[in-house]
Amino acid sequence: MSYTAATVQLLSPEGTLVHSDASEQYLPYIDKLSDDALQEFHRHMVVMRRFDIEAANLQRQGQLALWVPSHGQEAAQVGSALAAKPQDHLFPSYREHVIALMRGVDPITILSMFRGLSHGGWDPQEHDNFHLYTLVIGSQTLHATGYAMGMNLEGRAGTGNPDTDAAVMVYFGDGSTSQGDVSEAMVFAASYQTPQVFFLQNNHWAISVPVSRQSRTPLYLRGEGFGIPSVQIDGNDVLASFAVSKANLEAARAGEGPRFIEALTYRMGAHTTSDDPSKYRDNSELEFWAQRDPITRFDTYLRGRGASQAFFDEIAAEGDDLAADIRKRITELPVPASSTMFDNVYSDPHPLMDEQRTALADFEASFEEGN
Amino acid sequence: MTETMTMAKALNEGMRAAMAADGKVLLMGEDIGPLGGVFRVTEGLQAEFGENRVLDTPLAESGIVGTAIGLAMSGFRPVCEIQFDGFIFPGFDQITSQLAKLTARHEGTLQMPVVIRVPYGGHIGAVEHHQESPEAYFAHTAGLRLLSPATPHDAYWMIQEAITSNDPVMFFEPKSRYWQKGEVDRESAGIAAHSSRVVRDGTEVTLVGHGAIVSMLLQAAELAAEEGTSVEVVDLRSLSPIDYGPIVASAQKTGRVVVVQEAPGNVSVGSEVAATVAERAFYSLEAPVLRVSGYDAPFPPAKLESVYLPSVDRILDAVDRALAY
Repeated sequence: MSYTAATVQLLSPEGTLVHSDASEQYLPYIDKLSDDALQEFHRHMVVMRRFDIEAANLQRQGQLALWVPSHGQEAAQVGSALAAKPQDHLFPSYREHVIALMRGVDPITILSMFRGLSHGGWDPQEHDNFHLYTLVIGSQTLHATGYAMGMNLEGRAGTGNPDTDAAVMVYFGDGSTSQGDVSEAMVFAASYQTPQVFFLQNNHWAISVPVSRQSRTPLYLRGEGFGIPSVQIDGNDVLASFAVSKANLEAARAGEGPRFIEALTYRMGAHTTSDDPSKYRDNSELEFWAQRDPITRFDTYLRGRGASQAFFDEIAAEGDDLAADIRKRITELPVPASSTMFDNVYSDPHPLMDEQRTALADFEASFEEGN
Repeated sequence: MTETMTMAKALNEGMRAAMAADGKVLLMGEDIGPLGGVFRVTEGLQAEFGENRVLDTPLAESGIVGTAIGLAMSGFRPVCEIQFDGFIFPGFDQITSQLAKLTARHEGTLQMPVVIRVPYGGHIGAVEHHQESPEAYFAHTAGLRLLSPATPHDAYWMIQEAITSNDPVMFFEPKSRYWQKGEVDRESAGIAAHSSRVVRDGTEVTLVGHGAIVSMLLQAAELAAEEGTSVEVVDLRSLSPIDYGPIVASAQKTGRVVVVQEAPGNVSVGSEVAATVAERAFYSLEAPVLRVSGYDAPFPPAKLESVYLPSVDRILDAVDRALAY
């Protein structure tokens, strides 16, 4: 399954710390973490999985048109997001629900996209610089790179002040590495030495197409090919995800140029609720990855450090509360007024929008008069 | 006070003024630095404003547009140069799926002040992909604005209008006019956003066009006048949105309209103008609205371009056909 001696793993699937040539330089980032901090890692992962299950249920019950599950990828997402500072800008793909929540996006805002009520709509500046989802595969890698170019031009990175220096982290998947935009993003990032981390979640499947169809070489070597220092990690190890992201974000913020992280993880569920993985992949593969579940191993690790059952009960209850909350609120969301489709197409006044907004209002009013 | 200069120089001066007025204005594109662009439109600007304001980019159109989007997100106002019309398509996805839609996706909290300059059109005898008129693809896309100047004066002011717009603007530069000189009045009040303009008064037939075609329309009008036909000429200037006021008023006056463009006619900007004139000036029309366009075939090898593109003769033929009704 593509793990090698170079793959950075700090926590084994059995829940024990790993001391290896690959892990040694990153372990100090973990040593500094308190029990409270470690429990926070677990809380995010557990609450997220509960949210994800509830959202899939809501889709099955007709409350959402679609859901994009993140089951199995919690460690890659939570670890990397906790390594980011508030001033960092995070550009997601469309499966990074837990990071959205961690950066202050209301979960109902995420769900409203899948209920057909919006295309996003949150203001990244008001949500800890968490940008909107991008559905066209890989497009956001260029936006992230352009943003990071802007940071360089404005001196927002590399000043030596750790409180203000910032970086960009962009999330993308194994399928997107075949898109030209991802290659172009790496060309521009390397050329302009942007303060940026490319965070690739290799979940092994682009809908039904295995990663072997995308690449004959480990994907982190793609980064190397563009002159970007790159590393492969066990993406189901939240400690590796955190420590390696932290080290690379620090380098990017310090002005050392872009970095590339490939996190080996697995999409335990379907691509979306419209997908049927039983048509294209074996249960044996699923079983292999179930043995490497990110939450199970961290649960073992925390219990080994003496975490109380009360803690585990508390985060389970928090997940249930969140599930109940979204279930209640999802049906209360109003359908936007028809005229809103013309709002914000342009920032400046636009005669065609005005004309069609008025025409639609008149048309709708003609039925009301008929009543 | 006016000065005589080429359109290329007028664009250069317009960008220089915009860059001096706002430190957030950046130029980016292929070969636009020391070389000044393949048409020299950005000549001298990197030397004047530095490499952080005029960025020579890697050779990747999607990369140029995609990173310009990111730069706009971080507060800049990027002006991208696409080297030739036919090279815009690698950037098409970023333009239509991202640039055009991001303000709506953000429900208004994000503005996208990005200008994409596109040298376009034929009459320069160039190889394949260097003479095309792809404006209809972009006029069809909500969220974009399209401008195309026909004179150095308009070019000087319209490029500044594009750069100060808070929306994405596709700026189509008629490359066959780059070297034509005209008067530029830098003291004038500028040009109202998205305004078409009557550039020659007449009473019997209206010719409508944009970009390089406008000078050909004026030539045709002159020849028609020698034959005793009074022709009015309207320059669209803005292709999206289109300012229909002067066009419809002219149609109501003359009753006969011919729309002319270098682009292929099928599903084109000219088609939209013709349909709208038919809707809004129906009772004034004495003849169907006619179109003279590039043929609906790929742009041919350069030795055939004068056949493929509208010519004064084809325009006058259409004028005669309109008058025959």
